[in-house]
Amino acid sequence: MGPAQKSAAAALPRAFRGPGDRVFKYAIVGLSSAVVALALVMAVVIYIEARPTFKAFGYLSFLTETTWDPVKSIHGALPFIIGTFVTSFAALALAAIPAIAVAIFTSEYAPKWLAAVINYTVDLLAAIPSVVVGLWAIFNFAPLMRDAVYMPIYLWAEASAPWLATMLGAPSTFNMTTGTIVLALMIVPYTVALSRDAIGQVPRDQREAMWALGATKWEVIRQAVIPYARTGIAAGVLLSLARALGETMALAMLIGNSNRLPFTLFGPAATMPSLIINEFREAVEPLHYSSIMAVGFYLFIITIGINLVTSFVQRKLYMGRGMV
Amino acid sequence: MKLRTRFLRDRLMLAGLGLLTAVVVVPLFIIIFYVVANGFSALDANFFTQELGSPARAMQGKPTGLVASIVGTLLIDLAALAMALPFGIGTGVMMSEYREHPFAPIARLMVSTLNGMPAVLMGLTAYALVVKNTGGFSGMAGSVALAFVMVPIIARTTESVLTVTPWALREAGLSLGLPRWKVTLSLVLPAARTGIITGVLIAFARAAGEAAPLLLTSFGNNFLSFDLSKPMDSLPQRLYSLAISPYKQWHALGWGGAIILLLFVILTFFIGRVAVARLEKRMKG
Amino acid sequence: MDTINVKDKDAGATLAAGDELRMETVGLSVRYGTGNYGIRDVSMAVADKRVTALIGPSGCGKSTFLRSLNRMHDLAPDITVTGQAFLDGEDLYAPDMDAVLVRRRVGMVFQKPTPFPTKSIYENVCAGLRLVGVNKKATLDEAVERSLRGAALWDEVKDRLKTPGGSLSGGQQQRLCIARALAVEPEVLLMDEPTSSLDPNATIRIEQLIHELKEQVTIVIVTHNMHQAARVSDYTAFFYVGELVELSATKEMFLKPREKKTEEYLTGFFS
Repeated sequence: MGPAQKSAAAALPRAFRGPGDRVFKYAIVGLSSAVVALALVMAVVIYIEARPTFKAFGYLSFLTETTWDPVKSIHGALPFIIGTFVTSFAALALAAIPAIAVAIFTSEYAPKWLAAVINYTVDLLAAIPSVVVGLWAIFNFAPLMRDAVYMPIYLWAEASAPWLATMLGAPSTFNMTTGTIVLALMIVPYTVALSRDAIGQVPRDQREAMWALGATKWEVIRQAVIPYARTGIAAGVLLSLARALGETMALAMLIGNSNRLPFTLFGPAATMPSLIINEFREAVEPLHYSSIMAVGFYLFIITIGINLVTSFVQRKLYMGRGMV
Repeated sequence: MKLRTRFLRDRLMLAGLGLLTAVVVVPLFIIIFYVVANGFSALDANFFTQELGSPARAMQGKPTGLVASIVGTLLIDLAALAMALPFGIGTGVMMSEYREHPFAPIARLMVSTLNGMPAVLMGLTAYALVVKNTGGFSGMAGSVALAFVMVPIIARTTESVLTVTPWALREAGLSLGLPRWKVTLSLVLPAARTGIITGVLIAFARAAGEAAPLLLTSFGNNFLSFDLSKPMDSLPQRLYSLAISPYKQWHALGWGGAIILLLFVILTFFIGRVAVARLEKRMKG
Repeated sequence: MDTINVKDKDAGATLAAGDELRMETVGLSVRYGTGNYGIRDVSMAVADKRVTALIGPSGCGKSTFLRSLNRMHDLAPDITVTGQAFLDGEDLYAPDMDAVLVRRRVGMVFQKPTPFPTKSIYENVCAGLRLVGVNKKATLDEAVERSLRGAALWDEVKDRLKTPGGSLSGGQQQRLCIARALAVEPEVLLMDEPTSSLDPNATIRIEQLIHELKEQVTIVIVTHNMHQAARVSDYTAFFYVGELVELSATKEMFLKPREKKTEEYLTGFFS
């Protein structure tokens, strides 16, 4: 700043200079550093609370130990890790195709008003608290599925394919399959929204280029829209997986809470979040408490891992775009 | 390949996509139908005025209700919002208005990390930070946990709303000789007001439906309490307890509570949506 | 072709002796949802194996007209097209005529190069053929070489046909798009300002290519640059506010335009 400008600034009324800018910047930096600190504090605090468990069982052995018995003070996270991954991936497998179908249907085929109605409905589905979905499933969906679906299948399997029956397990009202289906319902809105964004980013000229070659609508979608959007859709599916891994209430209410491996399809199971909800309030033994915290710590690590993979996919996506 | 085959495939795909769309959309209406059908009969004057009390109270047919949960939800959520607002908006301003600051990319990374965190972990953190250090479960601990949930959502929406506010606005302000803080506070934020409010409402609705963090922090209370330093009831956490309880009368109360929670969340959500629509209309017009 | 009935203006009459009529529009109008006309009552002829350039100030409807020649407007729900557009005497807007077939016969190259970024150079060229179920490798190989040669790109890419189409330079990408359009052997090729996003060298390449291509295919090109129209075209049509003002042999139009409006435009009176 030259001397001329400086004197001009000095000539401004007091309100126009002053320390305002610096103070404001400090305030903003202060507020946002608290948020940055929060992420770190979460990791550190949960780790500190979990440390007795890591000391007692070791970082790795805690992960691979299959027994979770608070009475005998043996704690292993493997059942919950298996439960979390199995339910999440299965729910994702159930949800991904319908979700992408909704995104394609609304952005490519449906007339504007219908697309608006569907999008609104899906967003609404995302807004329903998972505890309400859980309540509905406890009283309506779970008993219905047990009586109308699992029981007949199990009885049939028992009679004609015993090996299948052991895999299915005796049907209980609250079980892994019901939990997974409801979990799929909970993550579908996210997958829809993220796929919709990815499809929305496909430039008009990509579609027109395909039209101009004499393609039908489906061929335009298949040949131009999906290939262009696929990285974005993949990132969306990954983010939905992160959602599924962390979804707590619906599973805590529906999965039946069995800490004992092996889990069966129609039998009760548990996931990392469902364990936290179901045992935290009863964890009076210090080691029980710290083991629940340790499960939370690993859930934290898994979530971070998926976030990192997702941002990697997204970065690749932007680099790919840059080439075009 | 014959053109007819190609058209046939086109139609088949349309039918398949439409069918899958129905599969996704229909459960929503089923859930809402059941909640309304089962919950409506539970809503009476007692529901809004009586405490829940012990199970015996319901079993003996004495009047019970969820007034404690409704009051508690409002108190906990509003306290959480009050805590989350300055941090959320401040961080959003940081990420959008001070993007040249070395801190901005770190803030962005952490906000997106927090956004992906399961709320139950916010609950564990709030438990270790607040409950353990204050000597017990409390409504305030629940507010802290919910504030953790709200902050990253508010920060992210604030950032994206501010980013789409025209740069010309800032340039106009700066060229008048206004300092940066004044440009931000008196020009940029007011211009982005509607979008920020929408983001805040969405964050509020999301947090209001969360049960997991509250189960670990505010614990629940069968009796009416206005004291944020004591255990406090809230609708999401109460719905969970009612649903897994063995009492028929409590299940009915649960359905009633589900209607109220659903209405609360959807109403917040709807107001947010309408605000967005109005914002878009204004930007077009 | 000689059996077409032209209602008011006999557009075919403006073609030079020896040139045959390939496409013709009669009273073609395009209306937007707002009620505004994109083009209004355009009756025009396109000569076989010739280059017809469409010029005019921006917003005059030249692109709108071009896109109505292969029914690209069908894709926008709030655009209505009235009138007729004939290709070899068949009305492209007849109720039993399918837009997919129309676009197969009338190819298009866009303003911005639009290679499919996830597909290889080879697959980009094949895209149209694969749609109709041509999957035999020998046939595809042959079509790819023929089209890339036709688009004067073969020598530059023959050793890297498997690399993504997006890895080429802008000018190469545009020639790739031309090759992609040529692969399905269209009868007419529409070009919507094909050089507007290219540098001068790439532009010269494309202009040369247009010269070579008119041996095999009828070309209609929109250009915002009247010098380009003068360089590449045999016929030039001047559009102004949605109407066709004049269609003449290019030389004739640039030397002594019939209409006063055309003269004003060509002399830079308005732009």
